[in-house]
Amino acid sequence: MSQFVNDYIKVKKHNFRVGVKKARLSKSCYLFLAPYAILFTTFFILPIVISIIFSFTYYNILEPPRFIGLHNYLSLFLEDDIFLISIKNTFMIAIITGPLGYIMSFLFAWLINELPRWVRSVAVVIFYAPSIAGNCYVIFSVFFRGDAYGHINAFLINNGFIDAPILWFTDPRYMLNVCMGVILWMSLGTGFLSFVAGLQGVDKSQFEAGYMDGIKNRWQELWYITLPSMKPMLMFGAIMSITQAFGVCDVTMALCGYPSTDYAARTIVTHLFDYGFTRFEMGYACAIATILFLLMMLCNKAIQSLLARVGT
Amino acid sequence: MSNFSPENNEIREETGNVTTDLDQNLDNLETDETFAPEAGEAAEASLEPAEFTVSDEYKSSLAEAIISSEDGTSKKRAGKKKKDDDEEVYKKPLIKRRKPNRSVAGDIFLYIFLAFVAVVMFFPIVYAVESALKPLDELFKFPPKIFAQNPTLDNFSDLFVTLSKSYVSFSRYLFNTVFITFMGTAGHLFIASMAAFVLAKYEFPGGKTFFKVVTVAMMFTGYVTGIPNYIIMSKLGMIDTYWSIIIPAFASPMGLFLMKQFMEGLPTSLIEAAKIDGATEWKVFTSIVMPNVKPAWLTLIIFSVQGLWNNKASALIYSEEMKTLPYAMQQIQAGGIARTGEAAAVLVVLMVVPITIFIFSESQILETMASSGLKD
Repeated sequence: MSQFVNDYIKVKKHNFRVGVKKARLSKSCYLFLAPYAILFTTFFILPIVISIIFSFTYYNILEPPRFIGLHNYLSLFLEDDIFLISIKNTFMIAIITGPLGYIMSFLFAWLINELPRWVRSVAVVIFYAPSIAGNCYVIFSVFFRGDAYGHINAFLINNGFIDAPILWFTDPRYMLNVCMGVILWMSLGTGFLSFVAGLQGVDKSQFEAGYMDGIKNRWQELWYITLPSMKPMLMFGAIMSITQAFGVCDVTMALCGYPSTDYAARTIVTHLFDYGFTRFEMGYACAIATILFLLMMLCNKAIQSLLARVGT
Repeated sequence: MSNFSPENNEIREETGNVTTDLDQNLDNLETDETFAPEAGEAAEASLEPAEFTVSDEYKSSLAEAIISSEDGTSKKRAGKKKKDDDEEVYKKPLIKRRKPNRSVAGDIFLYIFLAFVAVVMFFPIVYAVESALKPLDELFKFPPKIFAQNPTLDNFSDLFVTLSKSYVSFSRYLFNTVFITFMGTAGHLFIASMAAFVLAKYEFPGGKTFFKVVTVAMMFTGYVTGIPNYIIMSKLGMIDTYWSIIIPAFASPMGLFLMKQFMEGLPTSLIEAAKIDGATEWKVFTSIVMPNVKPAWLTLIIFSVQGLWNNKASALIYSEEMKTLPYAMQQIQAGGIARTGEAAAVLVVLMVVPITIFIFSESQILETMASSGLKD
């Protein structure tokens, strides 16, 4: 036994020494990395750590944080009905707009990749514009305005589908669906751009080899050649669409109001916003943030294992 | 051979190219309309393995054409005869198949679908611009009209009147936003590319782990880290300065991620060659790696500008004279019914800048991507 332990320690020591030696040899690497690493740690890692620590405390900014264990988490799941509604809504949005937006991004990037060059560049602008157009989504509140001045209501009334205007953003039956439509409209974002750039970088000789090997149509080409060589971009797109799908709050808050009727459009981030910036219960808000973060991590793991199977 | 016409000369050159530069010819076929269709078709035909014999026939027909022109027949006739030959040899399809494994029906269907979606996607943006051009009475018309009947720029001039009457002048707001955007983007590009370079091209202890952490951090939305971020900023004494927006933007995880992914595609042999020639790490970075990842850094600039331009900075900057333009605009937008027209103008002003920047840098991205045919 002691022999085993000794060996183990020896191996560990050796590995450590090799690591140190390697690190010493690659001094310039660390120099290159240092500016970024320092800033990143200060503004991205440290806040996350602080956020997790605060989630176990009661903290209202004025008084120093007081440790209360898992109380925040327990009351979130057992007492806070609105949080459960917000989880349900977030999942609805994430499950529908996440994968759909992801697939749309890839599909359109792939389809426009075959267009002549100038048509392609126009198409990229058209598809990408909604996601960078500032808060242009506010324009949907004009289309879906609750009175008869809204375009959708006016159209439906004039054609006899309905006889009273529908309150699109105040009626819980419609709120979430309309919001999901708007989110989908904006979903061709960063991931889409990365797909477009990646598709152009795919080695053309692979396609020629594909013709020779008997690839018959575009779908086979997509599955056996394009997708496998796009894997890095696909991963990136997946992370982007997870962030987008779980981080929804701007759109619902701007369109449905804050708070929305019956909390029908409340998402996890809206809930976090409520507790963090309106009620100043920072500990509670940090617990919500931690749960959101865990959800995203789990989702990311699942998608990564799915993507590993692409093209096999 | 003495009266060899220039047209035939051209054809001859092109047939020479067919065997060597298939790819280039195909590209020309797609983009260049002035390219002689005969030679292009030959290139296409010879790409398809099943039709090798046809391309032989084509060569013989070309030879005939050359001979006939040598006989002293006019240029036009030679061209016409050649065309006839072509029609005999291949039945020219109505719509050309650009690639052997694409069905024409599928192409048409997909393009119609694409056009339809494009219209749907772009309509709200067109509508936003339209409604900014509508005078106030048209904004509240029933039934609502999609296009303005009497387009005016009144909303924009109203907006600038309102802005110029504000406590802090419009130009100061603009300066704040431009300064933050420019500094943040420049620093981010430099620092993130440096880190991405070593993470992508060198193996050193801790590098992989660090990158994994960055990827994970990318998923944390801004709201989540908002509270602790404020505490850190106040400890560093950066509250109420431009730096509270600029410095965190340097370390944005997305830029690093993107840059690293692109740099991994760069052939390592390129870097090794430079090293053998005696270049230092810094030299490799500035004169080998950076010029070769232009598409990536343009993409980085777009994302960074986009994020910073729309930054309202409402939590970290309090002094009114340091507030950003989107913040000022938002206040006008919140002005209620009386400012509906101005609010529509604000929407347009806020979306014009990122989209314009994108349009310009996008053409460059596609250009650099197309010409940077780096193959390992």
